[in-house]
Amino acid sequence: MDFITEPFDFAFMQRAFIAAGFAAIACAVVGTYVVLKGLAFMGDAIAHSSLTGMAAAFVLGGSAFLGALAWVVPASLAITYISRRGRLMMDTSIGIIYAGGLALGIIIISRVSNYTADLFSFLFGNVLAVSWGEIIGIGVVAAVVIATVFIFYKELLFTAYDETMAAASGVPVRLVQYMLPLLLGVTTVAAVKTVGIVLVLALLVIPAATGILLVRRFLAIMGVSVATAIVTTVVGLYLSFHLDLPSGPAIVLVAVGLFAVAMTVSPSSGILRRGLASDARQRPFEVS
Amino acid sequence: MIEDKQPVAALEVRGLWAGYDRTPVLEGVSLTVSPGEIVGVIGPNGSGKSTLFKAVLGLIKPWQGETLIFGRSNKNQRASVGYMPQVELVDWNFPVTASDVALMGRYGRLGLFRRPSRMDREAAEEALLKVGLADVRHRLIGELSGGQRRRVLLARALASHPALLLLDEPMAGLDATAQHQLIDILHDLRDEGRTVVMSTHDLSCVSTACDHACCLHGKVIAFGRPEEVLTEKVLSDTFGTHLLTVHLDGKAYAYQHHQHPEPQEKQARRRRP
Repeated sequence: MDFITEPFDFAFMQRAFIAAGFAAIACAVVGTYVVLKGLAFMGDAIAHSSLTGMAAAFVLGGSAFLGALAWVVPASLAITYISRRGRLMMDTSIGIIYAGGLALGIIIISRVSNYTADLFSFLFGNVLAVSWGEIIGIGVVAAVVIATVFIFYKELLFTAYDETMAAASGVPVRLVQYMLPLLLGVTTVAAVKTVGIVLVLALLVIPAATGILLVRRFLAIMGVSVATAIVTTVVGLYLSFHLDLPSGPAIVLVAVGLFAVAMTVSPSSGILRRGLASDARQRPFEVS
Repeated sequence: MIEDKQPVAALEVRGLWAGYDRTPVLEGVSLTVSPGEIVGVIGPNGSGKSTLFKAVLGLIKPWQGETLIFGRSNKNQRASVGYMPQVELVDWNFPVTASDVALMGRYGRLGLFRRPSRMDREAAEEALLKVGLADVRHRLIGELSGGQRRRVLLARALASHPALLLLDEPMAGLDATAQHQLIDILHDLRDEGRTVVMSTHDLSCVSTACDHACCLHGKVIAFGRPEEVLTEKVLSDTFGTHLLTVHLDGKAYAYQHHQHPEPQEKQARRRRP
């Protein structure tokens, strides 16, 4: 029993569970779009570019969380803007924001002597050191992200499915084209404290990918993604506490472990099912 | 279901110029489609069929000219136009069912912040029934056959009860049975008073299924009844290759000599999972 309750004797662990939980839920919701639309690179890029905001806040003595938030809003909007204005492929404009933000962040933080320890915590996260102020910030971001996905559910769904058809039906596609990177951007900020810049991508794609392997419909995928993300963070933090592992990487490895289980038992593409001719997705077409 | 049935044209395109970058694709297209007709737009790849549809839908901004839908500017007429894109451009792995896709046909008319009501769901179900997909409505779109995929896109277009339908290559890659099934549905829609404009490469389909043919190659080469329009002269002006036309039972059938469609068909087949 101690194994379960012991971490909660420590205030820093309580805070870690709450912060990581909020971040993971937001990531799991937005991650569903990321995986279905192939936006992993965009998520990774915005997370890396947020180093500029964190570094600037750090140098100026402000909150790294708010600094990152202030940076990712224009950075996310710039991705869509650059790609539209310059008629460039989305991943080209993503690359520009990725490299530009990361480089600027490193330049800024290098102005501080002995910066490696802080850089390390930005890159790999340090949820065990999360403050109540940051938890409120993470909670607000998660709430805003989930509310936005709920309010614009049909616009996001239709545009994610097919932009041209959505535009032809009068859905404000342009709005969604800017909204999705923005949602993604603020979500990465919520997750940076938990897993760090480098590993945010894991929380974005792995729970949603697990959902896709286990269930078939959009909302069900999102639901499984959220459940997976919650289990992942709780188990990851327990492992981190009892085995003295760095928390971010522990969470990520649990996510990968759950994904591997899903990969094995998946009804649609599971390794156990391979060979049985029950694969619905690859069922030959019937004569209609 | 169809609000106005005045003698105004269902679709009127006047002197439309449009293109990408600085290359024009449509060079002064003018076209009038009467209500309750099926019009087949034919032309080779790059002749501007899809561009014409996109301009009519307001998805691209024309350089010049105007589009009237039932006598009104196309800008405020999206709800009265149903659009079916080319099937290759749709993501068939997206985790939604036939029902979900048909319901999306109602989203545009709902506007922001409103959830689909029971009426919207009924309209979507009715559209699925009309295209004969009621029994597979809970299947994921990726599990549908080639013919069913075409019809689910048609159901989506129909769900908003549009008076005008724009179908981009609805027949491409379908076998004869599935083509006839689709043509029957289009004839039913016409009998309800709807207007259908579809692009196609398939000349025999225009001969058998359409009331009017529009031969497009940057501009309208010819517009009229299929048997009048599908002549060797018009077709070679449109396609730039020699075509053999055969007149049979008052219908014109055309055969292309110099193009070999098989590789393209095979490609299309391979693309299906």
